[in-house]
Amino acid sequence: MSATGFAWLVLIFPLAGSILIGLGYRRWSGRTAGLIGTGAIALSFASSIGAFVVMLGEPEDARQLTSTAWDYATSVGLDIQLGILVDPLSVVMCLVVSGVSMLIHLYASAYMVSDQGYTRFFAYLNFFVFSMLLLVLAGNFVLLVVGWAFVGFASYALISFWYRRNTATTAGMKAFVINVIGDIGLVLAAFLIFREFGAFDYLTVFEEAPSHFDPDSGTIVAICLLLLVGAFAKSAQLPLHTWLPDAMEGPTPVSALIHAATMVTAGVYLIARMHPLFELAPTAADIAAFGGLATLIVAATIALVVTDLKRIIAYSTMSQIGYMIVAVSIGAYTAGIFHLMTHAFFKALLFMAAGSIIAAMAGNQNIDRMAGFRKAMPFTSFTLIVGALALAGFPLMSGFFSKDEIMVFAAERGGMYWIFAIGGYAAAFLTAFYAFRIGFRVVLGDPCPEAKELEEGHLHHGEHANPVTGEMEDTEVGFPGSEHHIAERAPGMKIAMAVLAFLSIVAGVFQLPGITDSIEEFLAGSFEDSALFHIVPSDESAYLGLLVGGFLSIAGIGLAYLAYVRRPGLTGRLRSRMEGVHGFLQHKWYFDEIIDFLVYRPVIRIGQFFNNVIERVLVDGIVSATVGAVREVGLLVRGAQSGFVRAYALLVLGGFAALALYFLVVSS
Amino acid sequence: MAVEWYLVLSAMLFAIGATGVLLRRSPLVVLLCLELMLNAGNLALLAFARSTGTQDGQVFALVVMVVAACEVVVGLGLIVAMFRRRVPLNVDELRGLKG
Repeated sequence: MSATGFAWLVLIFPLAGSILIGLGYRRWSGRTAGLIGTGAIALSFASSIGAFVVMLGEPEDARQLTSTAWDYATSVGLDIQLGILVDPLSVVMCLVVSGVSMLIHLYASAYMVSDQGYTRFFAYLNFFVFSMLLLVLAGNFVLLVVGWAFVGFASYALISFWYRRNTATTAGMKAFVINVIGDIGLVLAAFLIFREFGAFDYLTVFEEAPSHFDPDSGTIVAICLLLLVGAFAKSAQLPLHTWLPDAMEGPTPVSALIHAATMVTAGVYLIARMHPLFELAPTAADIAAFGGLATLIVAATIALVVTDLKRIIAYSTMSQIGYMIVAVSIGAYTAGIFHLMTHAFFKALLFMAAGSIIAAMAGNQNIDRMAGFRKAMPFTSFTLIVGALALAGFPLMSGFFSKDEIMVFAAERGGMYWIFAIGGYAAAFLTAFYAFRIGFRVVLGDPCPEAKELEEGHLHHGEHANPVTGEMEDTEVGFPGSEHHIAERAPGMKIAMAVLAFLSIVAGVFQLPGITDSIEEFLAGSFEDSALFHIVPSDESAYLGLLVGGFLSIAGIGLAYLAYVRRPGLTGRLRSRMEGVHGFLQHKWYFDEIIDFLVYRPVIRIGQFFNNVIERVLVDGIVSATVGAVREVGLLVRGAQSGFVRAYALLVLGGFAALALYFLVVSS
Repeated sequence: MAVEWYLVLSAMLFAIGATGVLLRRSPLVVLLCLELMLNAGNLALLAFARSTGTQDGQVFALVVMVVAACEVVVGLGLIVAMFRRRVPLNVDELRGLKG
């Protein structure tokens, strides 16, 4: 079978799984829905591998394949096909998305089992994977927008999965609204592209773009900036990032799948996919890179003070995606996509471990309450530490190779781009620190009561309360189930975490500078037309970069060890010494407040103005004036309706006679 | 005979009918007078048809007769219903439609 044939299969399986689970939701009892969902994604993953293998057999210049299922919309001057583009970039993305999704499905099929909405959960989850793969495989802008909107919806549905929790539904709406802002940017960009090229096809647009536009001319910069609005909203980059921490209201597998490994990296994919356009608009690309840099630093600082376990990891995700955005914007496509891949592994792993710990804490997510899980949950502790090491870029872990490659590339481009190298390394130090803020506090120290209980063999059962507001809840549908599983007791979770832990450790081997470079060679099929792609840092500088990164990582971990293990009071003293800074970070740089002030309140004010002036005075005025006029005229003529039939007859005859007279006079 | 004579007769019949409609109070008589007016119109139509030698007027007269028949059916039905319900058969007292 051809690569495109496999690519269609990649799409079909999750869609079929979603429909099957959704339609048969009354019938699937127990874990059936989870098995169907996992199976569908596993088949999709197998098809991705099939596409990958077939593509490896093709010559390097014949790796951009398109395939059309049918005409989506055909009209005068408009020819949109339901077509996919299968090239090395989309195949790599398919592998990552379907592979990580498969493991997270496996994890979720055990983790969510006590939840009343189990079947619904898997219908949504499969639908999400379908949408994400559609986004990745789309061969034109229309299908891209469709996939883009679908993942937005799936994200909304899954964040609000526990729909009787007010905090969850509000978070879902927030995510949806911000994502729609991004959708608008993307749609406007597509319209502009259609206006310029008269086509929606990627390959047509990319081929014509260099001759159509002068570099950095107004229109292409506008197109790229609009694309960036979409990318930044979806990837939670400044200033459209505030939805991602709130999205942690969703179940933990959702956080792992959508808000760490796949959907939030769509923005990175978009910029990489649109690289022919961004290279024509260096201004827009630089803006993107600075946005990414700002995000990666801001998010890393916030992650230092947040106390909610999942939210720390969420800020870490924002920060890591900042690295990827920087990478693909400055032209380090290989490094960006490589980091996307390794990040998907270790961040999904971190979330899974976090989910396991939160289950042991009976839903409590505050890391101040967690301590000493190393004996109670050895496996979870191990995977958590592996994930944290990979996140911190500890030497020889996967994150070590992927992250530093970005900074080396930035330094290689030189000039202004040194900022990205310096900023990136600074944030890498912070990353190592906050990664082990989680790691040391959860794993080491005196066991907390929940950990002690678990050591004695009992899983702690707390009261069912909202972890944010503390409100009491029941365990019916629309709320979390009675208990979530811990990895130690659920083989499915254990397998998924073990595979991801293995990948987090060894994924670096795909791209060892000067030794394997396999990702770069494979991606060449998508990027060889790019001038920036051929800037390859020398092996010496690459290893120097790795050395610096490794040193910073160890330094960060060491500092965390000092602060949280050796002298546990240190952070408290530091906090009281720097009240202002701590408060500033605790309020997340006041982004929510700024947006509230700049956007929310003006919009409400405008709404009130329109309500009070336009609606109440103008519209209501016109309506009531009309009503009044009709009433007055009616009062006036009702006198004629005397009820005397003979009077009516007289009026008719008189009127008729008058008319006849008139015509007689006129005609004579 | 000249068409004028027919028209004069028609006008007289119409005037008699109209006067009856305006002056009489019994619905039955009002209905009869209405018929008289309709047939005055018919007479004029037929007279013109004859004088011009075309068939249009005759066709119109036929249509008017059909309408008149329908009207009588409805009108007489109403009058009979009013009689049975002991509603006073006086158009001046039937003022339910007063605005």
